[in-house]
Amino acid sequence: MMRLERRPEPSKAWTAATPILAVLATMIAGGIMFAALGKDPFAAIKLIFWDPLFNEQFAAFSRPQLLIKAGPLILIAIGLSLGFRAGIWNIGAEGQYIMGAICGAAVALAVYPLEAWWIFPAMVLAGAFGGFLWAMIPGILKTRFNTNEILVSLLLVYVAENILASAALGFLRNPEGAGFPGSRNLSAYPAASNPEIVAGTGMHWGVVAAFIAVIFAYILLNRHIMGFNIRLAGQAPRAARFAGVSPNRLILFCLGVSGALAGMAGLFEVAGPAGQISIDFNVGYGFTAIIVAFLGRLHPVGILLAGLLMALTYIGGELSQFMLGIPSAAIQAFQGMLLFFLLAADVLTNFRVRFGRVEVA
Amino acid sequence: MGATPLLEIEGLTKTYPGVVANEDVSLTIQPSEVHALLGENGAGKSTLVKIIYGLVRPDRGTMRLNGAPFAPASPSAARQSGIAMVFQHFSLFEALNVAENVSIGMETPPPTRELAHRIREVSETYGLPLDPHRLVGDLSAGERQRVEIIRCLLQNPRLLIMDEPTSVLTPQEVEILFSTLRQLSADGTAILYISHKLEEIRTLCDEATILRRGRVVANCNPREQTAREMAELMVGSALQSPGRSNVTPGAPLLELKGLSAKSSSPFGSELKSVSLEARRGEVLGIGGVAGNGQDELLAVLSGEQRVEPDAIQFGGAPIGHLGPNARRNLGVLAAPEERLGHAAAPEMSLTENAMLTGSVRMGLSKSGFLNWGQARAFAEDVIQAFDVRTPGAGNAARSLSGGNLQKFVIGREIKQSPQVLVVNQPTWGVDASAAAAIRQALLDLAEGGAAVIVISQDLDELLEISDRFAALNEGRLSAFRETSELTMDTIGLMMGGAHDMEVAHT
Repeated sequence: MMRLERRPEPSKAWTAATPILAVLATMIAGGIMFAALGKDPFAAIKLIFWDPLFNEQFAAFSRPQLLIKAGPLILIAIGLSLGFRAGIWNIGAEGQYIMGAICGAAVALAVYPLEAWWIFPAMVLAGAFGGFLWAMIPGILKTRFNTNEILVSLLLVYVAENILASAALGFLRNPEGAGFPGSRNLSAYPAASNPEIVAGTGMHWGVVAAFIAVIFAYILLNRHIMGFNIRLAGQAPRAARFAGVSPNRLILFCLGVSGALAGMAGLFEVAGPAGQISIDFNVGYGFTAIIVAFLGRLHPVGILLAGLLMALTYIGGELSQFMLGIPSAAIQAFQGMLLFFLLAADVLTNFRVRFGRVEVA
Repeated sequence: MGATPLLEIEGLTKTYPGVVANEDVSLTIQPSEVHALLGENGAGKSTLVKIIYGLVRPDRGTMRLNGAPFAPASPSAARQSGIAMVFQHFSLFEALNVAENVSIGMETPPPTRELAHRIREVSETYGLPLDPHRLVGDLSAGERQRVEIIRCLLQNPRLLIMDEPTSVLTPQEVEILFSTLRQLSADGTAILYISHKLEEIRTLCDEATILRRGRVVANCNPREQTAREMAELMVGSALQSPGRSNVTPGAPLLELKGLSAKSSSPFGSELKSVSLEARRGEVLGIGGVAGNGQDELLAVLSGEQRVEPDAIQFGGAPIGHLGPNARRNLGVLAAPEERLGHAAAPEMSLTENAMLTGSVRMGLSKSGFLNWGQARAFAEDVIQAFDVRTPGAGNAARSLSGGNLQKFVIGREIKQSPQVLVVNQPTWGVDASAAAAIRQALLDLAEGGAAVIVISQDLDELLEISDRFAALNEGRLSAFRETSELTMDTIGLMMGGAHDMEVAHT
């Protein structure tokens, strides 16, 4: 008989090993799924994990995509991870991302066609502020009326999507766009654009912001009292109150930071890779970032790696759709498996598997 | 007693890597007997009991139940053979009600309505009042224990094992429990009773087996031994009682003036017009039945729950509105009852737990940035000064035994040289020598000029260390009396709602 026995201390070795184990298990289970779909599993796995980076034919296009896709995922996931660690569940980063993009783009469109150095920084601030305000709605409702932040933040995503549609069709529509939905193209407006900083790398200001966020989050969690309070509140809420942590202040801080970072990610996207406000401008980064945050086990460095890995499966997934005709649903299932196996393998960190008869020490 | 013994244990040995938990342990329990199992923490009581209850398999040795070989493979096998156990740490789900909790522990639970009826029946038969529909999360420790006992009694056990049952009870509750146990024993149920409290064992038990370092060191009739003799058998050396030189109390340091506060739990006790005055150099003892406002009083004193500024005064200045860290800054410190999850974060290391309350007063953080090196040094300091047994400060709080974590939690506050220290249940579930060390540390702190407030349900403890005593009853605090003038009768009156009666007397 197989049993689980709680470890007195979480195992350090397994904490590091479980992500690798989860990726391997995903490859195996995903391979079986691809085989069942009648595709060559080895070719599919190679297309997803290897070819985007090293295939001579594809790499020139897909390598920059890695940072373009990973940047917003990491930036959003870092913000979310702070709240998740404290037991504050912001599920609505997608909405905050949209609102950040709209607010940031609105600044640029309001001053168009002015050329000035301060326009882009002002857009970044406006983007962060938009996401922050959108996250404050669940925050204030929770602290005032004890509403559930999971529901409120999630439902606000759909409100934000409708505001986005109305912006693209109405108040932010390009007046010279011949009636087509969508705003002016910000990437064609130099003072407001978020271009690739180093050609051919995909590095734009959003990626820089993501790296900075990783460093700041690391310092916050390990060296600062706020990060200590966040961890404490997540692990032992009563002990946190005893330590003098105000639960309400923590809720507002975590939601505010995650909202601001998601808003910034939205702005960098709308001013850079996406280029304009359009009806379907958002592509689900805010939701995928939840997976990234957990895949990175809520650790800043882990999130950095998880964001890159997730971006890789996106790019590789598209490639395999294109090359092998694997359905996109199968790619999503593949990404789901990754999270599933990671959470399952997590058990090994806190528990030890024992074979044999029942005995409790 | 010529009849077949209920349980015979012969030469049980159980070794864990590096530790011999039980070595050649033998004992015999007769039907109807109340048998005490005595020993310090780590003496092997728990292992022995777990073997009987089917949680652990022995390496060597045999057990016979009613003359037949007995080797339970699991707790459910042990339960089917008529063995029931009440653990020291309750295994109850707070979000479920009493009846639901009881039904989870049963092999074939009857429908809830019938179960609720049976719970009421058993609770009335044995004088353990309990409402089957209340949420366990809202029950006091004493009431939770009743849930565990009733859960066992519903199985009609032949042997009931009780691990430290009175550590959360007051004299009245202990009396109720003891009459329940005597009634059970008269009905033919044997009881294996584990405790550190020797006076209790002397009043309750027929036989005692004393363990030290995994071996049986003595068998005796507790009624024929003094508590001191038994304690010395347990510890293996002469026991030191806490002592202090007499200090005349100084100026009032902390004052509560007619403080009232609502409880954060819907079923908790509201504090009603509580007044007290703690002076330099004295130990105030606050007794009372569990769940009468002890948690609320601690929360108000620690700053977890804020009140009107003037309701609490420290050195004449209002501090009722200040949070925990502002009070720590002034020197008003507290150690709550619940070690895991309240006083300490279970998953965090001792270093991190030292940071938890020490950051302000020990200067472990500077403009928000934490100095982990200093925190570690502080944790190690506490570990050394209070003899906390752990491999190191990097170990998680949950890996420590209850007594060791308690020493750490109390030591962490004492090492911050408080002006006022408030502790709730400082020696709950702690073995005799560690409890003596904690009490001595509290006395030393008072002698050094601090005011110490000890909230406890252990009356012997309060009588031993406090200068003045008062009791909490339904959120009201009685007037303080000099401890030396108290008798058990007056204490009982103070705890049992004597406020009206006092008015009648004077």
